[in-house]
Amino acid sequence: MSSLSSSPAFNRDIVALEGVTKRFPGIVANDSIDLSIRPGEVHVLLGENGAGKSTLIGMLSGLQQPDEGRILVDGKPSRITSPRHALALGIGTVFQHMMLVPTLTVAENLLLGGPWWQRPRTEELEARVAEITGSLGITVKLHAKVSELSLGEQQQVEILRAMVRNSRLLILDESTSMLTPKGIEELGALMRRLVEQGLAIVFITHKLKEAAAFGDRISVLKLGRKVGEIPPERFRALGEQEIISEIVELMFGRQKDDPEAVERPVRAVDAQVTPLLQVADLRVAPTDNAPGLSSISFDIRPGEILGIAGIDGNGQKQLAEALAGQRAATSGSVRLEGAAIEALSVGERRQRGLRYLTDDRLGEGTVGTFPVSINFFLKQVGAAPLWRSGVEQRGEIDKRAAELVREYDVRTPSLKTPVARLSGGNIQKVLLARELAEGAKVVIFNKPTYGLDLANTLASRQRIRDTAARGLAVLLISTDLEELLSMCDRIAVIANGELVGTVENAEDARTRVGRLMIGLAA
Amino acid sequence: MSIDTAPPAGATALDATSGAATRRDIMHRLLMTIGPILAALVIAGCILLAVGVDPLAYYGYVLEKGLFSPLGIQQTLTRMAPLLFLAAGLIVAFRAGMWNLGGDGQFLLGAVTAAASAPVLVQILPAWLALFCSFLIAMLVAMIWSLVPALLRAYQGVNEIITTLMMTFLGTSFANVLVKLVFRDPGTTVPQTRTLPVEDRLPRLFETTITSGLLLGLAAIIIVHLVMTRTAFGLKLRIVGANPRAAVHAGLGVPSLTIAVFAISAGLAGLAGAVDIIGVQGNVRADWNPAYGLAVIPAVFLARMNGFAAIGFVFLLSVLSIGGESAARRLGVPNHFTLVLVSIVLIVLALAEYVDHRYNQSRKA
Repeated sequence: MSSLSSSPAFNRDIVALEGVTKRFPGIVANDSIDLSIRPGEVHVLLGENGAGKSTLIGMLSGLQQPDEGRILVDGKPSRITSPRHALALGIGTVFQHMMLVPTLTVAENLLLGGPWWQRPRTEELEARVAEITGSLGITVKLHAKVSELSLGEQQQVEILRAMVRNSRLLILDESTSMLTPKGIEELGALMRRLVEQGLAIVFITHKLKEAAAFGDRISVLKLGRKVGEIPPERFRALGEQEIISEIVELMFGRQKDDPEAVERPVRAVDAQVTPLLQVADLRVAPTDNAPGLSSISFDIRPGEILGIAGIDGNGQKQLAEALAGQRAATSGSVRLEGAAIEALSVGERRQRGLRYLTDDRLGEGTVGTFPVSINFFLKQVGAAPLWRSGVEQRGEIDKRAAELVREYDVRTPSLKTPVARLSGGNIQKVLLARELAEGAKVVIFNKPTYGLDLANTLASRQRIRDTAARGLAVLLISTDLEELLSMCDRIAVIANGELVGTVENAEDARTRVGRLMIGLAA
Repeated sequence: MSIDTAPPAGATALDATSGAATRRDIMHRLLMTIGPILAALVIAGCILLAVGVDPLAYYGYVLEKGLFSPLGIQQTLTRMAPLLFLAAGLIVAFRAGMWNLGGDGQFLLGAVTAAASAPVLVQILPAWLALFCSFLIAMLVAMIWSLVPALLRAYQGVNEIITTLMMTFLGTSFANVLVKLVFRDPGTTVPQTRTLPVEDRLPRLFETTITSGLLLGLAAIIIVHLVMTRTAFGLKLRIVGANPRAAVHAGLGVPSLTIAVFAISAGLAGLAGAVDIIGVQGNVRADWNPAYGLAVIPAVFLARMNGFAAIGFVFLLSVLSIGGESAARRLGVPNHFTLVLVSIVLIVLALAEYVDHRYNQSRKA
């Protein structure tokens, strides 16, 4: 470990990313990202869920390989082939979920991964741990069972484990998500002491306050791209509030060179028309891994686009599923054209004209191994004319599918191609074709452009505008504020499963929605 | 991605290229199926050599007794009848992503109820109606037996592999108890059910000993294949099997479909038991358990749950088991060597699949 003295090596990157790109089927998770990680700095990676933080960590810790670009370790291009290799290079990772064996003691956990033919070197470990903990001012009970420790203590053990293995770069993935406020403060102080010893830390979070309080340098990720960086010099010059507002600007603001920014054509929605969709006091009970919904109320008129903005994971998916009938609501009413539909099944709601375009295209939107043609009609299996008395009419299906392929410009080698082999944009076109088919009245779009490239993003947005122009009611759920501002008539903000405010999409909508999203009054 | 640059597909342009591709695909499939089987025969031959048996003599006996001798081929075809019903039941379940491994319990309960009801019914009803009723009863009993795992899976998400396996142990014992305590033929000293007279059993085909149950079995598996591939109901089941979350999203009633799958699968297993009793055996002896249910599973896997391919593999299994029994007697190889052979085939096939997959991956990269 280098000392704090200003040796020339001190300000050189330990690890640098150059134009790193990682693709998954249908999604560009990281799009040519540059990053420099230096000793003595807490480098905060900030972004919403799905911004590409976890993928980036996966590549740094050897779990995944970049498709393009390169990773430099100490200035030399390196392939980090496995977690073991990452550790050998001095890159230690503390993952979001604890990776300790709860039934073993702390010491035993720290000794895991040593050579199997040797006796565990307990004395050596104790001396090493005493040295590290002494310098960091923490105490660790080596002989306590991990299951008896608090989550904060377990995290210290994980950090200690990385230190025992001589890590020079410590990656903390969403480390504060399970900690108490006091635990978070302690972690912040610990990070400070670690970087003072010359360590580099990458701290991943989606909480702005923590980023401003603990960081030296902030990189903001948005939909797989790095949209901005605040270097240490600037960071020190700004106050906490200024930093937060600058981050908000980076995360939600308009980019100067953003080619997607299209002015919203002004449409007049007649306020007198009866709403197509009326939701009143909708309530959903929380589950183990998802927030509930409470007192959700809104109306959408024909031809209107209502946007739902908010940080990802605040109940957007639950809202969409409750409306579509996939998730049971505990109370509240949902009316379509004035008729109550909250007691109907998924299929009956679709029959009435309520369509839900899911954000999970491969997970639930399609059956990946089935041909493109069948995936167009997954939601109308058995319906005439494609099925007659329950028997598949292959000719009819192929004919209709070929029409949809042409109409929606789906680029597929053949109708028989398994849909999972298509790119994300083309899978999305299949879903659009399916949900916008005849009979649609109200369409829920959940993150319709998530993970798509520019051309497909623009095409999807145009489809949504056309949908509204046809007189349908549109609910557009998105974490991309730009998208909402360019398309919606009104924008409601969801936080912790509640609609905290609704804003007319006028001049000042950007700042008002942005403030609502981070918990300030509009 | 290269797919993005492909032109929008027109229906006419597609078919010309896909024809050659399908042919290549079929050739590839054949190679990937027959190659591993030949390799497995060689490996099994080495095992035979190791225990001091001439593999060529063994395979020769198997083929002669199971395939080429007139009596042998008739026995082989007769054996196929229950196996085809079982395979049909497994195809429904496996394609819907549900692993009904309780076939043996369902089979035996079907067999016992058929054996108990048929001799009584033929005395009061016309023969064809009596046999039909026996089939029906056997099917219903097996369906009811599958209700426990079906309900547990549908509403509680309990893994059906474990519940069906446990129910199969209970089912075989219960069938045994029924034979010994309830349906026991008072006229014999060995514990067995009353015997259905030969003239009341399913007719034999032409002048042979082949049971007409073979035709029923063939009909069952072909109907199942067509239902699974050509109908809306079959497609719904396949959606549930391939992506249960997509099934929920598409508004399918997954719990009721689950129960239907179990009922159909178990019902076919019950019919398998009935066809074996009413067609061939005539009665059920206590402790009789041919364990066809487990033996058929590899055949269905080898056929990749395709009904027509399953007919071929069931035939192969029949040849192996009839021929293997005879070869075992003559060469002193244990009867269970057939199972060793089948499992080697399965393992080699899985390995071939893995290697093929890795090869495709590396070619793509």
